[in-house]
Amino acid sequence: MTSPAPVDPRETASEQELIASIIAGQRDNFHLLIRPYETQLYRTAFALMRNEAEAEDVVQDAVLKAYRKLASFRGDSKFSTWLIAITLNEARARLRRENRVMIDSLDAQPEERGDFTPAALTDWREVPLAALERQEIRELVQSAVAQLPDAYREIVTLRDVEELSVNETAALLGISISLVKVRLHRARMMLQKKLVPHLKQIGKKASKSRVFGRLPWL
Amino acid sequence: MALNCQHVWEHISEYIDDTLDPQLRAEVERHLATCEICSAIVDSTRNILILMADERVFELPLDFSKRLHARLDDVLKHEGPEPLGIGP
Repeated sequence: MTSPAPVDPRETASEQELIASIIAGQRDNFHLLIRPYETQLYRTAFALMRNEAEAEDVVQDAVLKAYRKLASFRGDSKFSTWLIAITLNEARARLRRENRVMIDSLDAQPEERGDFTPAALTDWREVPLAALERQEIRELVQSAVAQLPDAYREIVTLRDVEELSVNETAALLGISISLVKVRLHRARMMLQKKLVPHLKQIGKKASKSRVFGRLPWL
Repeated sequence: MALNCQHVWEHISEYIDDTLDPQLRAEVERHLATCEICSAIVDSTRNILILMADERVFELPLDFSKRLHARLDDVLKHEGPEPLGIGP
């Protein structure tokens, strides 16, 4: 097991005050307390449920639970980590109820160990963030993530979508840092292999359009 | 010992996260300086990670926040947080 990520007292001072005020009776402050984390919680839930409506239900239930259990938040981890842990539990409980158990042990699966060949290329042109304005590009990335094995999708969401640290990810999932690193590496290489052939075309188009943009007569 | 491409592929994720030990990192960098394919693999992986972290990829459903706070309001009106020591 790993220790929780260190808590920066400056970041949490106002959060602690908010929490104290809610427990003291200013219940409406709970809206303010959770607002910064809504997106993160939704992405966590979506990584497990893979369905918008179910992910939304999970977040609502998790947030209500967090409100009811607020007095038990001890401040030894970040508040965001505590919320994400509750959301993961809610999502898992729902999957269990519906017999959609997550396959948590990938150790028996060949991709955990076997050699992995990324998509090789020599002429990679960066795909600019502006490409995400196009729905097809967003869907491409979403579907590549959705197709990952459960345990990989969970890790890549926490680490690369929500940008939590490796330590936080390990603590949340209750696995070792080295296992997080192994799975993260596999997940990233799978995404690379799946996405690069599609994105390569887009990178080419994007760089062409930049050139054309400079030539007003085209 | 010089690393070959396959060795480098094993370390791409940690290379990107900058968690390789300095010696190994230097060896990976030496390889990348001369290997076009591996540099393109590193660049493309990094690019994918940048795209994935963009908030437009996994957007909240329309009115997600409104519904969440409305449901919360219903509960906040009637109950406060549980005192410590109740329930699991």
